[in-house]
Amino acid sequence: MAAVATCGTGAGSTGSVVAAGSKNHVTSFQRRGPRASGSDSSYSRLVSIAGTRPSVRNGQLLVSTGLPALDQLLGGGLAVGTVLLIEEDKYNIYSSLLFKYFLAEGIINGHTLLVASAKEDPADILQELPAPLLDDNFKKDFDEEACNHKTAESNIKMKIAWRYQLLPKMEAGPVSSSRFGHYYDASKKMPQELIEASKWHGFFFPEKSSSTLNIEPCSLTHGYIKLLQFIQNIIYEEGFDGSNPQKKQKNILRIGIQNLGSPLWGDDICCTENGNSHSLTKFLYVLRGLLRTSLSACMITMPTHLIQNKAIISRVTNLSDTVVGLESFIGSERETNPLYKDYHGLIHIRQIPRLNNLIYDVSDVKDLAFKLKRKLFTIEGWRGRSFPNLKI
Amino acid sequence: DQLLNRPRSLSGPSGKLTLLCDANTDGSFLVHHFLSFYLKANCKVCFVALIQSFSHYNIVGQKLGVSLTVARECGQLVFLEGLKSSVDVFFRAQAEPHPLQFLREANAENLQPLYEFVREALKPVDDGEAAWRCPVLLVDDLSVLLSLGMGAVAVLDFIHYCRATVCWERKGNIVALVHDSGDTEDEENNILLNGLSHQSHLILRAEGLATGFCRDVHGQLRILWRTPSQPTTQRDQSLTYQYKIQDKSVSFFAKGMSPAVL
Repeated sequence: MAAVATCGTGAGSTGSVVAAGSKNHVTSFQRRGPRASGSDSSYSRLVSIAGTRPSVRNGQLLVSTGLPALDQLLGGGLAVGTVLLIEEDKYNIYSSLLFKYFLAEGIINGHTLLVASAKEDPADILQELPAPLLDDNFKKDFDEEACNHKTAESNIKMKIAWRYQLLPKMEAGPVSSSRFGHYYDASKKMPQELIEASKWHGFFFPEKSSSTLNIEPCSLTHGYIKLLQFIQNIIYEEGFDGSNPQKKQKNILRIGIQNLGSPLWGDDICCTENGNSHSLTKFLYVLRGLLRTSLSACMITMPTHLIQNKAIISRVTNLSDTVVGLESFIGSERETNPLYKDYHGLIHIRQIPRLNNLIYDVSDVKDLAFKLKRKLFTIEGWRGRSFPNLKI
Repeated sequence: DQLLNRPRSLSGPSGKLTLLCDANTDGSFLVHHFLSFYLKANCKVCFVALIQSFSHYNIVGQKLGVSLTVARECGQLVFLEGLKSSVDVFFRAQAEPHPLQFLREANAENLQPLYEFVREALKPVDDGEAAWRCPVLLVDDLSVLLSLGMGAVAVLDFIHYCRATVCWERKGNIVALVHDSGDTEDEENNILLNGLSHQSHLILRAEGLATGFCRDVHGQLRILWRTPSQPTTQRDQSLTYQYKIQDKSVSFFAKGMSPAVL
């Protein structure tokens, strides 16, 4: 891959010296090249994790967000070790759908899940995950939708791939965990046996809030401290950070946190303007520190439209890696606007990280709209009435 | 990037504070540039990297021609990896004061442990051999300290103490990145930005284009030379360029002269 070829020739030998001396911790930003510091076994171990693939641009390990269209907009997927922040739409309808797609993708790929919520019991959230689409049903539905799709292009051409239909990805047989990115049927539930076969940890804040605190009081709210300790515990116990040589982890931990920042977590930034302005940002910083040093990826949904202090929103954006905003048309004047009649809302890609690179993948199409048609969540470039819509 | 270095060379007056600022865009390419510039120039660098991990800077540095692992090993680079250290500080009580100790405290007053770390990192080598040229403190970035609970005044004090030690006492340079939050009413950030702007000798401000996203021109860079200590008998010089970031470098051109347009 071109990304590997650009590695410098220096530090090849010194890299391995450093690795032998220091603790063998896994960072998700290890290079995928043969000269990766450490041994070749760590290289092959990282590559063979189900449900991941290396990015074309910088060799970064990626996981799917559960929506192949969103993966392409984000440059191939969500990078392991980063945070994807979803700014919720007004009634938290579509953002919770994206949240469920993310978790469902984890179950299909066999990843370990960590679901944190202050509103719903994680066990209930898992019961409501959408079912994966099998090929024969999907092809029928998708053929009716497709109008101007081009022929299959390989996954290598990520720069122009967004123009093409995603149909080629589904052509190889029924749902299997070796594929990257799956489609889900929002009207059906995930089969119970798949949920039971998966490994997951739930954090339901009302249950955990009663236990005592064993950390000095800092400006984080109680809920955030407990959540951080829980996450850190799972990462450490199950070996996602590579610190425990006995537990060689070959899996990704998918962390999903719902409605972060809402009053249900004990944070008051949605209620007053002069609330605890550092709690959420400190939480995000330490969370990102945890993610960078472990094999995990995190999706957070946050009701930013409720946050009173706008400065916090910009700080939160700076502290997250990828930020996507959802704006649904429900209840707004756009719902009856004929320009928007085919769509349910707009999607704004607010920030994409530049990881290990000076540049980053950015889609040329800036106005994006989404719709939940029949069972599929599709994202399209929206150009208004006079231009044809570009399907992604 | 030669255009930045021509009016200012290392043999010239040092003890400068350079402020990097970004508004509506990502100014981290400036941080990478200065890091590789000072390492190549054989300076001793203390890098307080609060935003990204070590391997991120290392990989980009390799594209720009420096190896951070080598520099760190031979002592040229002292690297404080904020993200990794924050996890250590937050979850385990430390025996001795840690530079990021304020993460554990409810109302941290000042950034003294961080200052002590910098001072220790850039202290001159005792054996008298000047192995490295002037010491440099590089901070990426200062705005995140505000997000972590420090007030703007505490951050300004920290920079003040660092300037006294690094710039005045050791004749070194400081380069720091601050985000400009624009029209979001982040007052603390504005205080920090204004305070630092008045103290800086050189301000590099990366701005997104007013017309929005463009594939060929990623933004605009304003360079402003100042003399904060002297009365302004001479006008501050300023230049504006537009830039496009590429895989291994950044190309600059005059406004409107992008190769894509011509």
